[in-house]
Amino acid sequence: MASKGNPKGHAHEANGSAAAPGANAHLHPPARLTGAEILWATLVGEGVDTVFGYPGGAILPAYDALRKFPIRHVLVRHEQGAAHMADGYARASGKVGVAIATSGPGATNLVTGIATAMLDSIPIVCITGNVPSKVLGTDAFQEVDITGVTLPVTKHNFLVSKTEDLAQTLRHAFQIARSGRPGPVLVDITKDAQQGSAVFDFEVAKPRPYRPHPMLRVEESGLAQAAELIRNAKRPVILAGHGVMESGAMEQVRALAERAQIPVALTLLGLGGFPASHPLNLGMMGMHGEAWVNHAIQEADLLIACGMRFDDRVTGKLSEYALKARKIHIEIDPAEINKNVKVDVALVGDLREVLEELLPRIAGRDGSAWLKTIEASKGAVAVRDIKNLPDLGHLYAAHVMHDLWRIAGSDAIVVTDVGQHQMWEAQYFHHGKPRTLITSGGLGAMGFALPAAIGAKFACPDKDVWVIAGDGGFQMTAAELSTIVQEKLKIHIAIINNGYLGMIRQWQEFFYERNYEAAPLVSPDFVKLADAHGIPGRAVRTRAEVAPAVEEARRAPGAFLLNFLVEKEESVYPMIPAGSALHEMIRRPGKRAKDPLEERAED
Amino acid sequence: MLHTFVAYVEDLPGVLTRVASLFRRLNINIHSLTVGRSERPGLSRLTLVCEASGEAGHRIRASLFKLENVVDVDDIAQAPAVTRELALIKVAATPRNRAQIFDLVEVFRARIVDLTSESLMIEMTGVESKIEGLIEVLREDEGRILEICRSGKMTMRRGHHVSSVLRAMGAGDAEEARETQENAVES
Repeated sequence: MASKGNPKGHAHEANGSAAAPGANAHLHPPARLTGAEILWATLVGEGVDTVFGYPGGAILPAYDALRKFPIRHVLVRHEQGAAHMADGYARASGKVGVAIATSGPGATNLVTGIATAMLDSIPIVCITGNVPSKVLGTDAFQEVDITGVTLPVTKHNFLVSKTEDLAQTLRHAFQIARSGRPGPVLVDITKDAQQGSAVFDFEVAKPRPYRPHPMLRVEESGLAQAAELIRNAKRPVILAGHGVMESGAMEQVRALAERAQIPVALTLLGLGGFPASHPLNLGMMGMHGEAWVNHAIQEADLLIACGMRFDDRVTGKLSEYALKARKIHIEIDPAEINKNVKVDVALVGDLREVLEELLPRIAGRDGSAWLKTIEASKGAVAVRDIKNLPDLGHLYAAHVMHDLWRIAGSDAIVVTDVGQHQMWEAQYFHHGKPRTLITSGGLGAMGFALPAAIGAKFACPDKDVWVIAGDGGFQMTAAELSTIVQEKLKIHIAIINNGYLGMIRQWQEFFYERNYEAAPLVSPDFVKLADAHGIPGRAVRTRAEVAPAVEEARRAPGAFLLNFLVEKEESVYPMIPAGSALHEMIRRPGKRAKDPLEERAED
Repeated sequence: MLHTFVAYVEDLPGVLTRVASLFRRLNINIHSLTVGRSERPGLSRLTLVCEASGEAGHRIRASLFKLENVVDVDDIAQAPAVTRELALIKVAATPRNRAQIFDLVEVFRARIVDLTSESLMIEMTGVESKIEGLIEVLREDEGRILEICRSGKMTMRRGHHVSSVLRAMGAGDAEEARETQENAVES
């Protein structure tokens, strides 16, 4: 996948839209600028108009120069929020998100957000100030070796100590962030490099042409073999991951599925890449995927993995994963091939390009027998589904998700936190469009939702943005409510409040003999908390109140918070215990059992 | 099995950390790592030997390529290659018992590069097994070895030779080539 942006075009746009007359003088190359000016001028050239940050001593020269450039700076309340906002911005827009922090604690506070972006392959550029180059390595005030700290959680990072290296390094950082398998890049800039001056020429600072990973390989024989496997498969399943959206292969995956009548199972990050309403959509696979999805995977004779990496939450116990299936893996990162699951055909390249090459070899195919088998396997499960339960006065999170989805619709962007509510959202909010679900998958970073939603709102100001968070995760980054107010953002917040760290409680219920150690959680009255910020809100206790409350939030002129007081000890079903095989799932309790019933998929 | 990777990396601060960090992350111990300038300006060449499963080679090479500063990676595996290691060995030796060492050095085709009244230093280049052979013999005399400094393996693929050429290139070299290949097969 080549770099997506057209920096030259962006540069011209940015030049044309600068606010103050004369501001553009800095951008007309070649000019002699300070490092701080070069920083912003390069960002403008790369198409950046919004950054998320927090000032501090070592980055103050950059902040001083900011007023001369057409960039909106969003002041966060904690640098973790800045990194998550940049991440949410990138996920919602497909562009590179930018976070800024000072040296030392500012930089270390970014780390969770950087790791989140790393695990989910999100293109962000984090810029940190550092102490002057003369005192690097002396434990100067607020000095931290942030390139050392972030080395394992960045795609790459740079330390810039010379003003003349700044523009080229920044442009290189953007190239790395968005090329190939995207990821976070950190650029650490010493204070003297910001204060010094150098000749700035955006064009001259252009990085060398992007070199794709040398082990990308899509061979004629592999394509032919893949086509042959698809032609002969009786029980094929497409596994669609995050790569479908990253490479923009939605149409191609759909064409493959429709032409060969192959059902599509999605990873958590893949949700939205294939419409939930499509008859071939099976739903989410893995630990909290529906039984028929995982059952279909276990019974399949061919898996076509598209832009996914066989994560442990998806495969369960590897030694028992899809043993009957041949496997085709289409993936842009050669290091993912045969990492967890041994595959028969590896097509290592950009998903869209590979599918474009593969599709002409795929003929129409009758898949009805297999599709009928899967349909039949849904059986009674759908009936037992909680969303079909009559209203008995209890408020279930599943109800909230279901009703939210019906009202907010498939255009809304939903940003979830991590835990039970995240899984309920994935199960009951049916995403029809790409980039409408933003969630921390690989890292599972609690506290992600609120700041990531702020980033998403800046990326898509015209879309409805919903935060869905648990009472635990919300409190981790609740300080960003002030950011919402300061930036006058209309963001809807739904807290799924069950008084527990719910997923912890669930694991303790299932696997630790209901020893609810450190799971009960006292929270503030979230409606009052919102009120303290000037954000209106409402508590919701019954199902009948859900729809009116959601409508009220949507009608509100600004942000609105809904505190859903849901059943305290509800669990996410079905569930595959960690380390178990896909067919060893804990199913929804039936009428006979009060305790979770261990059933086999064949039941 | 033992894997040998040869890589060209940018000659910049921190690059070695990135390479080493990759192996640390994969929980793979590095047996040896040699780095030096190469024929390509601005690029260092390294030879890295590590113990990992047979299938790990592909992933390690792919992961090395993902490092921004890594320009080229070769997994030598079992390809015909010349591998050498340099060792400096300081042994206790007085004028009275030097002669025995001189003989040993002769047999192993090593060199004496420093000589004092209490010690001498042996320089030896060769495949790992040959260096270990010399060390073993020297150890037979307890307390004789004072210091050992080994460079770790350096490996270079052979050119495209037919086997008759390999034979014609001389017994010593051919012998070492055989050893190299045997080592590769063993591991």
